[in-house]
Amino acid sequence: MQVTATLKVTVTFNMINVNSISFGYPHSAPIFQNFNWQIQRGEMWAIIGSSGCGKTTLLYLLAGLCFPTQGSIEIDGERLTRPRPRSGLILQDYGLLPWATVRENAGLGLRVHDFYGEDGKHTPKNFQPENNVGQWLDRLGLNEVADKYPAQISGGQRQRTAIARTLALSPDLLLMDEPFSSLDAITRQDLQNLTLSLCEEQNLTFVIVTHAIEEAVSLGRRILLLDSSPRVFENPQAGQANYRNSKKYNELCNLLWKEMRHETA
Amino acid sequence: MKRRNILFSALGLVVLWQIFAMLVNRPILPAPSIVFIVFIEELKNGLVIHFFFSFWRVTAGMLLSVLVAAPVGLAIGGSKQLDRIFSPIIYLLYPIPKVVFVPVVLLFLGIGDIAKITLIFLILFFQIVVLVRDQAAGLPPQLIQSLHSLGAGRRALFRFIYLPASLPAILTALRQSIGTAVAVLYITELFATKFGLGYYIYYNGSTLFNYPAMYAGVIAMSLLGLGMYYAVDWLERKLCKWKFVS
Repeated sequence: MQVTATLKVTVTFNMINVNSISFGYPHSAPIFQNFNWQIQRGEMWAIIGSSGCGKTTLLYLLAGLCFPTQGSIEIDGERLTRPRPRSGLILQDYGLLPWATVRENAGLGLRVHDFYGEDGKHTPKNFQPENNVGQWLDRLGLNEVADKYPAQISGGQRQRTAIARTLALSPDLLLMDEPFSSLDAITRQDLQNLTLSLCEEQNLTFVIVTHAIEEAVSLGRRILLLDSSPRVFENPQAGQANYRNSKKYNELCNLLWKEMRHETA
Repeated sequence: MKRRNILFSALGLVVLWQIFAMLVNRPILPAPSIVFIVFIEELKNGLVIHFFFSFWRVTAGMLLSVLVAAPVGLAIGGSKQLDRIFSPIIYLLYPIPKVVFVPVVLLFLGIGDIAKITLIFLILFFQIVVLVRDQAAGLPPQLIQSLHSLGAGRRALFRFIYLPASLPAILTALRQSIGTAVAVLYITELFATKFGLGYYIYYNGSTLFNYPAMYAGVIAMSLLGLGMYYAVDWLERKLCKWKFVS
C-alpha cells in the first residue's frame, strides 16, 4: 500500500513527464534513446547544447509539434498527441503574419480560439479568455507600433509581439526556442529580464532552448546540458537582481563552457 | 507605375511610330495622327460596343480562373499528398498550347461567349494554379508551426495563413496573365462572332483593308490591357496594404 501511494504522489507532482522517449529523423542517427526528464510546475529550465544535439527537437516534442517514436510525453497527466492549448511557443524568427498589424498579430491566438469555439481539442474547455490584447500591448510597450506591420518594426518589437500573442492566451507553460539570438545585446538583455518578470508574475513553467551559455545561466534555474550524456546543473539564484555580476554566475558559465568544450573536443 | 511615366512612354512610342510610318510610307502603316482621328470617329461608330464585348469576355475569363484555380493551387500547395498526385498532371497539361483546342471548345460549347470565356479560363487556370501552389508551399515553416502551437488545425491554417498568403500570388498571376488573356481574346474573337475587338481588328484589317480603323482597334485593345493592369494594381493596394508600407 505504502509503495502505491508514493508512486501516485510522484506522478501528480511532475507537470511534465518525458518517459523513456526515442526519436530520430529518417535517414539519420537517433537523437534520443530512452531519454527521461521531469519538469515540475513553476520550474524555469534552460536547455543548452551544441548545434545538432537535439535541443530544438526536444522543445518541439514538448510543444506537440512532433512525436517520439517510442515512449511518451505527458503534461498534466495527459499524453501529448497534439499541440496543447495551454502551452505557448515562441520561436527565433517570431512567426508573425507579415500581412497583419502588431495588434492583429497579438490577437491571433484569440482569433484562432474563437474560430473553433471551446471544443476541448484546439481550445481548452471552459476557457473564456478575456480580450486582453490591448493590456498586453501596453504591458510590452507596443502601443506606439500597434498599427504597424511586422516589416516596419524592430526585431525586439517583433519578439515582444510574439510574446504578447502567446501571453494573451494565458498559458501555464512557456516554451522558447532561441528567442533572442538574432537581437542585439541590449535588446536581448531587456527581453531576458522581461521574460523573467513575466514568468514570475504569471506563474509560468518555463523552458528555453539556447546555444548561449550566458543566456542559459541568466534564465534557467535548472540547466539541462544536452549531449551524449545529458546532465542537469542547478542554478537556483537565476533571476535574482544583479546575479549576472556575481561570482556564482561566472563560475557556472565557466563550468558549462568547459563541459561543452570537453564534449566537442 | 506612375501616370506620368505611362504618358511619357506613350509619347515615345507615338514618335517611333511616326518615324516608322514616314519610312515605310505605305497605307498598311498609317501615321499616328490619322489613326487617332479615326479612333475618335470609330468610338461613335461602334468601337465602344466592341470594346465592352471584349472587356466582358476577358474579365469573366479571368474571374472564373481565379475562382477555380486559386482554391486548387491552395489545396495542392498546402498538402504534400495532393501535390504528389496533381502536380505531374498539371506539368503535363500546362505546356500544351490551349489555343489548339479552339475547334474542340467551339464544337462542345457552341459559338457563344461561353466558348470564348472557357478558352481564356483554360489558359489562365494553369498559370494561377502554379503560382498559388508555389506561394502556399513556400510559406516559412515557422509561420505554420507558430499557428499550430496557438491551437490551429488544418481549417484555421487555411483561414489565417494560406488564404491571406495566396492573395499576392493571385494578383501576381493575374498581372502576368493579362497579356496572355488579351492575346487569347483576340484569337477567340476571330471565330463565330460579330462583336469584340478581335473581330473588329481582323475585319477592318483583312476584309475591308481599312488600316487606320484596324490600328484604332489595336489602340482600344492596348487600352483594355492597360486598364486591367491598373485595376490589378488598385486591388493590390487595397488588399495587400502591408506590401506598400515602408
